[in-house]
Amino acid sequence: MTGHVFHPGHQELHGVTIVLETLGSRTYVGRFHSQDERGVELHDVGVHDALAGGTSKEEFLRQCNRFGIRPEHRDLLVPSNDVASIRRLVDAIG
Amino acid sequence: MPYPPALVAPMREEMTRMGARELTSSAEVDATLGDQKGTMLVFVNSVCGCAAGNARPALHFALQHGVRPQQVVTVFAGQDVEATARARQYFAEYQPSSPSIALLRDGEVVHFVHRHQIEGRAPQDVAADLKAAFDRHFAVAV
Repeated sequence: MTGHVFHPGHQELHGVTIVLETLGSRTYVGRFHSQDERGVELHDVGVHDALAGGTSKEEFLRQCNRFGIRPEHRDLLVPSNDVASIRRLVDAIG
Repeated sequence: MPYPPALVAPMREEMTRMGARELTSSAEVDATLGDQKGTMLVFVNSVCGCAAGNARPALHFALQHGVRPQQVVTVFAGQDVEATARARQYFAEYQPSSPSIALLRDGEVVHFVHRHQIEGRAPQDVAADLKAAFDRHFAVAV
């Protein structure tokens, strides 16, 4: 729904569950709140760290899609200089 | 904190007009979901915009389908807190979100639609996914 603002008066992705890939090993899945020069603010955020071992990022995203996001952070600000990409979770799953 | 009853009344009525039965207490949830037989849809209602603009309209479209659940029930997150928490115990492997939709067959969750699969999508698209799930899980083999 390109150009559709889910919550009028907010940024286009406000309230939408997104996948934020960082320039490092971490991938975050959470509800987008806002983005400004400081970074991206998310709510109810699940985390995958490729350096921690365990499941792959792809499997982590599939589990988030199927069973929901297990939040590790109620609120999180990801600094602008660490943001590699932002996609909707439903698009990341394909 | 729950919203004033008058504010959420239209959101409840939208569900009951579709034929959904409201479950407002733990006892009602247990009486309905405990030892559940047949097919059932549980709609976790919400005051948020994606319930009004996406999820409830999607359910309305989906329930026009030829294959549909035998029972449709609803709990209201943030309003009927105890009933919602109790209902979520019946699909505890799924993280709570609202709105969300659980399809059950003989007490087992066979399909779950999370908030993230509803938000920002056209009601017709969400309904199409629901109809496909009805066909997959609720159609009677002949």
